[in-house]
Amino acid sequence: MKFENYMILEFPSKSANESFARAAVACFAAQLDPTMEELGDIRTAVSEAVTNCIVHAYPNDIGLITLRCRILKDNTLDIVIKDKGIGIPDLEQALKPMFTTGGFERSGMGFTIMESFMTSFSVTSQPGKGTSVHMRRKLQRRK
Amino acid sequence: MRFTSFLQDKQLTVALTGEIDHHCAKDYISSIASKIEVYTPQTCILDFQEVTFMDSSGIAVVINALRSMTRINGQLFLTGLNKQPMKVFRASGIDKLVEIKEAVS
Ligand SMILES: Nc1ncnc2c1ncn2[C@@H]1O[C@H](COP(=O)(O)OP(=O)(O)OP(=O)(O)O)[C@@H](O)[C@H]1O
Ligand SMILES: [Mg+2]
Repeated sequence: MKFENYMILEFPSKSANESFARAAVACFAAQLDPTMEELGDIRTAVSEAVTNCIVHAYPNDIGLITLRCRILKDNTLDIVIKDKGIGIPDLEQALKPMFTTGGFERSGMGFTIMESFMTSFSVTSQPGKGTSVHMRRKLQRRK
Repeated sequence: MRFTSFLQDKQLTVALTGEIDHHCAKDYISSIASKIEVYTPQTCILDFQEVTFMDSSGIAVVINALRSMTRINGQLFLTGLNKQPMKVFRASGIDKLVEIKEAVS
């Protein structure tokens, strides 16, 4: 087994689940004894990815969001957030800072924040099939 | 969403509270816009002291407040930023568009 522990959540794309998802990941990550700053970074990145599913993947209906969290052997938290929504036609463009299809309520900074707050970050997407965000954060070991 | 606001000497202070995400951002955006429209202040201060968490939805709240204030030739300031919201503002470059006063940390 390459991982120490894991959890999988599935929930509908309702905005009330944004706070639930980031709190659930923070609780799960607590066993790694993260610092306040590390926890803040992880909660922010999860909030961004889940909000994207709610706002962009399922713009006119409610769909399913899957969140998988694993703890890898080197004190790393591994997170996958997945939807079966509309997908992203031009990923390169979507990843650019300030690119948004969301209008005045969005700023186009979500992917930029995930990338800068996590140790590693990647997105795969298929138009019509869905999007998957994979992030990792290596946590400092505290004495 | 819960916030308080007060007007003094043409300065509108809006104190935001709790966690700012997409779930509550829409209400913040429209409430702040209507306060600015009603009071037409010279300066508007968004006080983040009681904000415990913010994601990119908070950036849109600030940008929309900035638009409202620019429209009436006023100025916008942010104050009381805790570490986590400050980090989100820095990552997005908002700290270059809006003056941040006396951040908590
Ligand atoms: N899960 C998704 N499904 C479909 N499209 C997505 C998804 N995630 C992101 N996108 C697309 O990529 C764009 C950029 O996403 P990003 O999170 O960087 O910014 P945003 O959501 O538009 O704004 P912000 O996150 O700052 O509120 C979105 O506007 C949207 O077009
Ligand atoms: Mg986003």
